[in-house]
Amino acid sequence: MVEEEVKTEEVEVAEPEKKEEGRAEQEDNFVSKMVNSVVFSVLSAKTIKKMASAKIVTPELYDKEGYPVDGGLMDIRLGVIDPGLKCKTCGCKLKECLGHFGYIELARPIVHVKFVTLVYNILQSTCRDCGRILIPDSKIESAKNELNRIEFETGIEERRKGVKDIIAKVKSVNKCPHCKAKQYKVSLEKPTTFMENDKRINPIEVRARLEKVTDEDLEVFGMNAKFVRPEWMILTVMAIPPVTMRPSITLESGERSEDDLTHKLGDIVRINQRLFENINAGAPEIIIEDLWDLLQYHITTFFDNAIAQLPPARHRSGQPLKTLTERIKSKEGRIRHNLAGKRTNFSARTVISPDPMIKLNEVGVPKEVAMKLTVPERVNDWNMAYLKEFIKKGPGVYPGANYVIRPDGKKKKITEETKEAALEEIQPGYIIERHLMDGDIAIFNRQPSLHRMSMMCHRVIVLPGKTLRLNPAVCHPYNADFDGDEMNLHIPQTEESRAEAEILMEVQTQLISPRYGLSVIGCVQDTISGLYLLTKDLEITREEAIDLLSSTGLQEFSKLPRKSKISGKEVFSVLLPDDFNFTGRAKNCLKCQTCKKEDCEHNAYVKIDKGILVSGIMDRNNLGEGSGLLLRNMHKRYGKEFTLDFLGKLFRLGINVLLRTGFTVSISDTDLPETAKQKIKETLAQAEKDVDELIDMFSNNKLDTFPGKTLKETLELRILEVLNKARNQTGALVAQFSDKDTHTMIMADSGARGNLLNLAQMAACVGQQAMRGKRIEKGYDGRTLSSFKKGDLSPDAHGFIKNGFKTGLTPAEFFFGAITGRDSLMDTALRTPKSGYLYRRLANAMQDLKVEYDGTVRDAGNKIVQFSYGDDGIDVSKSENGILNVKRIIKSLG
Amino acid sequence: MIPKEYQDKLSKSIVDELEANIPSNSSDAKIKKILDATVAEYQDAQVEAGESVGVISAESIGEPGTQMTLNTFHFAGVAEMNVTMGLPRIIEILDGRKNISTPMMEIFLKKPWSTGKDIKQLARLIKETRVKEIATEIAINIVERTIEIKLDSEQMKALSITEAILLKAVQKPVKGYNNKIKDDVLIMKMKGKDDSLNDLYKAKEKVKEVQIRGVKGITQVLPVKRGEEYIIITAGSNLKDILKMEEVDETRTTSNDIFEIEATFGVEAARQSIINEVYKVIESQGLNVDIRHIMLVADTMCASGKVKGITRYGVVSEKASVLARASFETPIKHIINAALIGEVDKLNSVVENVMLNQPIPIGTGLPELIIKTRKKE
Repeated sequence: MVEEEVKTEEVEVAEPEKKEEGRAEQEDNFVSKMVNSVVFSVLSAKTIKKMASAKIVTPELYDKEGYPVDGGLMDIRLGVIDPGLKCKTCGCKLKECLGHFGYIELARPIVHVKFVTLVYNILQSTCRDCGRILIPDSKIESAKNELNRIEFETGIEERRKGVKDIIAKVKSVNKCPHCKAKQYKVSLEKPTTFMENDKRINPIEVRARLEKVTDEDLEVFGMNAKFVRPEWMILTVMAIPPVTMRPSITLESGERSEDDLTHKLGDIVRINQRLFENINAGAPEIIIEDLWDLLQYHITTFFDNAIAQLPPARHRSGQPLKTLTERIKSKEGRIRHNLAGKRTNFSARTVISPDPMIKLNEVGVPKEVAMKLTVPERVNDWNMAYLKEFIKKGPGVYPGANYVIRPDGKKKKITEETKEAALEEIQPGYIIERHLMDGDIAIFNRQPSLHRMSMMCHRVIVLPGKTLRLNPAVCHPYNADFDGDEMNLHIPQTEESRAEAEILMEVQTQLISPRYGLSVIGCVQDTISGLYLLTKDLEITREEAIDLLSSTGLQEFSKLPRKSKISGKEVFSVLLPDDFNFTGRAKNCLKCQTCKKEDCEHNAYVKIDKGILVSGIMDRNNLGEGSGLLLRNMHKRYGKEFTLDFLGKLFRLGINVLLRTGFTVSISDTDLPETAKQKIKETLAQAEKDVDELIDMFSNNKLDTFPGKTLKETLELRILEVLNKARNQTGALVAQFSDKDTHTMIMADSGARGNLLNLAQMAACVGQQAMRGKRIEKGYDGRTLSSFKKGDLSPDAHGFIKNGFKTGLTPAEFFFGAITGRDSLMDTALRTPKSGYLYRRLANAMQDLKVEYDGTVRDAGNKIVQFSYGDDGIDVSKSENGILNVKRIIKSLG
Repeated sequence: MIPKEYQDKLSKSIVDELEANIPSNSSDAKIKKILDATVAEYQDAQVEAGESVGVISAESIGEPGTQMTLNTFHFAGVAEMNVTMGLPRIIEILDGRKNISTPMMEIFLKKPWSTGKDIKQLARLIKETRVKEIATEIAINIVERTIEIKLDSEQMKALSITEAILLKAVQKPVKGYNNKIKDDVLIMKMKGKDDSLNDLYKAKEKVKEVQIRGVKGITQVLPVKRGEEYIIITAGSNLKDILKMEEVDETRTTSNDIFEIEATFGVEAARQSIINEVYKVIESQGLNVDIRHIMLVADTMCASGKVKGITRYGVVSEKASVLARASFETPIKHIINAALIGEVDKLNSVVENVMLNQPIPIGTGLPELIIKTRKKE
């Protein structure tokens, strides 16, 4: 029930098959009923009474013994929340009984806040005497037709707008076209008081008027008399929600603490009681009015405690009560928190750490976790002995079992004491919940789950230690690192879910990203450096090569050439399948006019011919994630299992190369020869001179302004241009003069980590610190820092850092760096919720689009959105970077 | 070159690609082999029925969204103008916002002008010029009941605005004044005598904003050379008026204002424009997102025949399911409105079924199979 008081959800149950009697208990698990549709409507007083199982008459909750009072708000006819009690209505116990509604008879009618605007509209546009809508008979029909047309053409939302327009037109009519009665202006005093000619219309009168409105006229207001009559919006009886949705909590002290709703209902019942008494006693009108208003207030806040004109009802502690509306709406509300979002058992969460020696589609699970998470296995004649072994070991010894589930659904814990009995008892049909074991299926996830690769299926491998282990190659799709990240593990519990997870979610099935059609898993970091070194110019002995390959897990070395010295390319080729052909470009390719192909002096032309790496260096461009077609082609040709295995081997090979050669970064990597230093100094000096000139020109008004820019803006742009050029020049100098064989350079060249710019920033010059596309502007009056002169336009005073990180920054430079650092931090902090909201909206708008059997893309209403997905019907995850690679096909056919 | 039967089986872009890449000396048999292989691969690469393409597209745009920078950037080179890029621009487009933060046009020109003929002159004509831009001082003479506008003669010369043009421009929008120019001062004398001083003030404010020349809404113009030809880039957008100019090549001139494109060219053009604009941003951020995902988003926005934003007022409000709408935003409003007309939720889409713990009708949940289990004796 979503909003108990306002409407029912009638649940139509489609019964494909009548449940047969005497079915075996286990078959009860099959779902034979499905909800077919949900109808929304408003509850009438009659329905409320009909569906109620108790009339609530007293605000008391419990008697002296602490037993719920009959006719009180915790009446056990409304359901039970105490263990041991039985519901008087259905006879079920706690958790079995869903709860039942009650009702109270209101002493005077009360306006329902959520319908105030609607009631107001009807009052304004119907006759106060005859209750007909203030449109002449002749025009009613055409108005209806017009609305129907709007709905047919543009949907229900537009119809609502049409209704609004009609009401706006009609409310100024001051003579009823039907009975010729004079109409007065009705106004609404928020939240719930209606006024006519500055006189209050009390809810009794309002209700009387609403009763007069005919069913036919209601259609113009967009209401359907079958489901709602306007007078139902003025409450005469009120439904009391079942206790099960407002359970009380027993505090440690044994005291009972009631739910917010119960508190509110208590107020309502109490005031209602007093109102009754006062009316019966014939109290003066003013007292009755006051009580009436008070009852109105309580009922209003019961529905919505955040109405602008009313002070929210509060606890004694002062915090506002959470009533019906607050329960439903927002992220923490019923809909988004409990209905659209679910919780789960059989899951684990801990810190993750890397293990390159497990396969990519495996996940290392700590033994402690494996002994808590279980997999249910149904006993049959053939696996009885096998499953008995688990029971024998019990919950304390791995691999054991924790629970036995009997066919009637009773779950029994296995302990040292019950072990023997369980062993005796089990027979086919029982379910054993055994510990997690190697090869079991698990779903592994890291938040934020931004794409489907954030949740993939892995095979369990139980390992010592206390962290979840994953192969570092799969970090990229999860966007994980090991600086303290935690990840979640879920164990599917049914055969169906396991099959689905395995077929649809396992790592190898997710290799090709549906975002761009390339591999999302590739080599990263050290692996790239390693393979770069290996394929560049490494030469090792045959023994070393075999050692290297065997430590990556290979046993077959016949592909290694029979000679004593073996090149790195030959070692790499061993991993490649014999009939694999590929050409590509390495990262250092200069994209020359005429490519020298195999003779490229930079070794940038990657050619694999019949499984032999003929030329070229393997680097990020070909091995990295989301780049290059090498992995994509391999996937296409040899399939997902092979590619996954290949990636695993590549990974271990790369790491092992580095293990054997050694790899380290030192400060001396950023050393530059004297000449280079001199040149860098000169460039920076020149830039400074240029800027000075610009400033001179600016102050002498000789600068040509850019169109549409002021003089000052032009100057800033010109300065930025000069300084950026200077920084780029220093970068080029660093690239030219620094030692190519340092490990820092290797990392930058191979694309393993960092780039030339980072190196230049360390070795030579950090460069201009820019904020919002401009130089850093004044912080103090007319200057950035108090150590500069006012109006100083020089590079130094506006965030140009001419030192490199190695030489060290001046205090002012350091501060400028800190400014941009903080700025980018802010940027990230502000961006995350914005992009998150955009994502939520996109997902919500498009979640029900699917491809139909005829190839069209349609939404849930069967409306066609695209005639063919993406115009050509190609699935991106089956394409090669979004296209069908015609060139490859032609080439492959010779 | 490619037989019709194959053309029907393949998409146009693939056919073009084939035409361009099949070596001209290949034999018919070989061409047939290639075509057969292509058709086979094409059919293999088709989306499967039931694929939840919507979610995949949403993921594909939402995920890189976290990596985009928030800042607005300079657009191509230092001298050109600022254009909103990055995440704010994407949000702006997908929101379906009517007033975008940096409207912009690229005006392509017809032959003599596209070679650079009178390009500066033309640009100047397009740019909106207001009285305040050529005035150095605007004063009110209470005694004489006049508005005196001191003109910047240099500026006027630069913009080639003559006194006659100015007088003509001022005449119409501000009525009831005698205007004349003397010694670079535009004197506007009130005609009627009884009009209050207040009106004078009002007229002063009005005259400031009087447009002397140019196209309304164009605040900046910038002629640039793009490849071989000259085009004019403007800040501010007014397609309708620009397209009326004879110098303008109306086949290529575009704006980045999607609603303006919708109004002038229709939804199909607006759809293409959404695709182009979103793709431009994603590309400029160095991200790789397949165009199909953007196309699907653009198509959802335009499927109703009008451009609708992806907001609770736009696309989401058109969903058939009450529960799906309620699960997005403002649930109470949707439930109440549904109750009033007795709306029925057929549970055809995803969230409703998640709410009710039922299989979702997408992907593997799509096939509806009822298996009769054998009765137990």
